[in-house]
Amino acid sequence: MSGSLLVKRAGPATTVQDLGRWTHQRLGVPVGGALDSTGLRLVNALVGNAETAAGLEFRLVGPEVLVDTDRARVAVSGGVEAVIQGDPAVTVAPWRSLTLSRGQTLAVRRVTGSAVGYVAVGGGLAVPLVLGSRATCTRAGIGGLGGHALRDGDRLPLATVTLGDGGDRALPTAPRERDGPLRVVLGPQDVAFTDASRSAFLSETFTVGRDADRMGLRLEGLRLAHVKDANIISDGIAAGAIQVPANGQPILLLADRQTVGGYTKIATVISADLPRAGRLVPGMPVRFAAVAVDEAVAARRAAEADLATLVRGLVPAPPLGGFDEAALLRENLISGVVGVADDPMA
Amino acid sequence: MLAHATTPLPRFLPLADSGLSVELADERTPAASALVLGFDRAVRAAMAAGDLPGVIETVPTFRALMVHLDPTVTSPGETAERLRPLIPRDGVALVAGRRWRLPVCYEGDCAPDLAEVAERIGLTPAEVVQRHTARSYTIYMLGFLPGFGFMGDVEPILDLPRRAEPRTRVPAGSVAIAIGLTAIYPFESPGGWHLLGRSPVLLFDLRRPEPALFAPGDTVRFDPVDRAGCDDLAARAAAGNLGPDALAEP
Repeated sequence: MSGSLLVKRAGPATTVQDLGRWTHQRLGVPVGGALDSTGLRLVNALVGNAETAAGLEFRLVGPEVLVDTDRARVAVSGGVEAVIQGDPAVTVAPWRSLTLSRGQTLAVRRVTGSAVGYVAVGGGLAVPLVLGSRATCTRAGIGGLGGHALRDGDRLPLATVTLGDGGDRALPTAPRERDGPLRVVLGPQDVAFTDASRSAFLSETFTVGRDADRMGLRLEGLRLAHVKDANIISDGIAAGAIQVPANGQPILLLADRQTVGGYTKIATVISADLPRAGRLVPGMPVRFAAVAVDEAVAARRAAEADLATLVRGLVPAPPLGGFDEAALLRENLISGVVGVADDPMA
Repeated sequence: MLAHATTPLPRFLPLADSGLSVELADERTPAASALVLGFDRAVRAAMAAGDLPGVIETVPTFRALMVHLDPTVTSPGETAERLRPLIPRDGVALVAGRRWRLPVCYEGDCAPDLAEVAERIGLTPAEVVQRHTARSYTIYMLGFLPGFGFMGDVEPILDLPRRAEPRTRVPAGSVAIAIGLTAIYPFESPGGWHLLGRSPVLLFDLRRPEPALFAPGDTVRFDPVDRAGCDDLAARAAAGNLGPDALAEP
């Protein structure tokens, strides 16, 4: 049977997201979708969903959702601190799924080390498809739940789903995080900048500004100088484009970017590094390194292969809140992160 | 080969691994737009025929076609070579899009910048309205917001830079001019153009099978209506009774 999640506490910026609303940019419709698409794809895999299923994205602080269906399989992404409310509350480790019963509340506290976190639910959030996607675009007021960020008291419909297909699963190890500079391909308007600014862009360290959102983030620090003009004849924008208006402060454009823009773009972050860009927290340092287009393509294909390996390598997760919860509590095993065991029990 | 922004036309400018901006002209002109739209038609036909694997979608802009692609299927370099033969060889006639006649109220609080614009260019407000409604405009491209059409060109006397102080809230339906162009804001949003009037037409309505009223290549004329007429039409639009069939010229 179908059911819903009741949003007891929405948090400041929680939205329904999937992998974006493609093929309507010619009408001015932004693509949107998860800022950290890898995070959403992995939690979807953990609950047995297609990677395109809609889940919850939250920014820094998470929501509390009450399960109003018989059973719901859920998973949270890396860095997320969450508990199943109760006395005692049960800590929920990232990168594993667990099955909740009617009346239980998943309380997501916050995410650390990333600006965004994800909650996936088995079957996906069954809000209506709008132009082929369930992603929320608040600027246009479309998608998600009424086109807006979640509010306290909202109800998220769940798709009808049959559980018992192999039980809860876990990643055996957390995904390997690449660090170092974000890789970019220079252009399309890098020649609009002075030589000094172009090389400084690749050598200086910027700081992610405070007013970051789903559209983009400001890169504070060095101001880049244009040879002549910051304005161009408006052209198309891709995810990761770094536009620089007349004030010289670069803006890294993310999921809810506009489809076209009239400012010079010095470089574009490669798609393999976009999920990492989406996770950047205000105050974090960020640097850039130039690669060739062919390297960018190869990096993306390697990243897809790595993700496929992770998904193939999911293992059964240990029980949590199941019949042997009392035993686990006695042995004080639920105090923190639940490890991965060989136990195939659901 | 992929190009840099200073090489000869056409230029295939990669946006990392997932985008290609194909520049076909150096200036924003009706001829450049016709070329881009002709290229867009050819590319979409090739996509439909399965000849452009990995191309997700195209976005016509003033003088370039933006091509979004899936780097797990193709690469910008490979796609550039497939796109090159599809570029129209010489002057392309603009294929006529739909012709719209849209009501606009140029009165009172619908037109917050009309008096200021008139004074700035030495015309009366009525003369500004007369000039804004005297010609038909071509939709060069859509962007900024869903359904927002960049139309041009306005008469040279109406070619003004953006406002020095952008507004944080421009009302939905506002009819505006700036940078030689005119447009209607489909949604309330921030905006820096000069607001001459307001149209009751819904430019992006998810109740319609094609939510966006405009497509690139369409043409638009504005018809002045008074405030009462505008309010009546807004009520019709809200009820879903002011759709494309009521607004298109035969």
